[in-house]
Amino acid sequence: MADISPAQQFIAAIPHAKALGLQLEEIGDSKAVISMPWAPHLVGDPATGVIAGGAVSALLDTCCGAAVMSHPGAKGTATLDLRIDYMRAATPGQRITARAECFHATRSVAFVRATAHDEDSGLPVATAQGAFTMEGNAKKPKVEGKPAKSEGTA
Amino acid sequence: MRGAKPEPVQVIKQRRDTALRNLVAGIPYINFLGIQFDRRGDELTAVLPFQDKLIGNPFLPAIHGGVTSAFLEVTAVIELSWSILWEEMEQGTLDPRKLDAAHLPRLPKTIDFTVDYLRSGLPRDAYARARINRSGRRYASVHVEAWQDNRARLFAQATGHFLLPSRDDPTAPTPAPTPEA
Repeated sequence: MADISPAQQFIAAIPHAKALGLQLEEIGDSKAVISMPWAPHLVGDPATGVIAGGAVSALLDTCCGAAVMSHPGAKGTATLDLRIDYMRAATPGQRITARAECFHATRSVAFVRATAHDEDSGLPVATAQGAFTMEGNAKKPKVEGKPAKSEGTA
Repeated sequence: MRGAKPEPVQVIKQRRDTALRNLVAGIPYINFLGIQFDRRGDELTAVLPFQDKLIGNPFLPAIHGGVTSAFLEVTAVIELSWSILWEEMEQGTLDPRKLDAAHLPRLPKTIDFTVDYLRSGLPRDAYARARINRSGRRYASVHVEAWQDNRARLFAQATGHFLLPSRDDPTAPTPAPTPEA
């Protein structure tokens, strides 16, 4: 768990992460763990009190971005593609914890997978797999001519 | 000229707009993100007014990727729910006046959702429309597109699969249609 501060700032500096009440649990070595408390305003199905799929997506997306940021040399990232599979409804009232791992990174792309569990550590609530941009990992100058994207998922 | 005088179109429109508003207002997360829906007949456009709390990257600034994904998913879920309600309203099997906060339809459940981020979401309002590519008895496949200033320049698109709520009793006889116009 080396070098906590830049990535921790990354979470603290994201207004939407703050709005969701996200909490950075662990980060480092291309992995991140972030949790989100259950809250009434995040409910997607009023009949059951189950948290909206979109809120779980936002948690997973943030966690994947944090995992990329903790990859050695990473200076910035943005989501290119993210697929989420919803295995089961999260139990109302329980905190959801996402674990993401950047399992491969080239000079310009990071590949990430993640899971989200509620307080039952068995079957995940959801899993995710995505591709993210990788900025700052290049040995050569950046190829992209687009406006500079610094930290944060966009 | 025969039978009862048809209801004024404004009355019907207002009833349907209220039904849509009740459907949307019943979901707390939609309210949290501030998403609204415009309706033209059966066509819906989701509107996400920009707010600071939607920011994911304060340096650009840009809308959070998770917000974009949630916006697209909410659009797909409401489109599906509305299409089911619409069909029932057209057939006269659903009275939209009965659709209030306490009597909301059961919502489709997301099976999977894949978002393609095409460009960063700028700090301004975003719009989205969903297209139901296939909707069977149990499953539906929906495509959603989101844009900001320019309809042709999408900033994200997504495809998702949904499990549809089981119809109350598929074997129940359908009441005689009383088209609600």
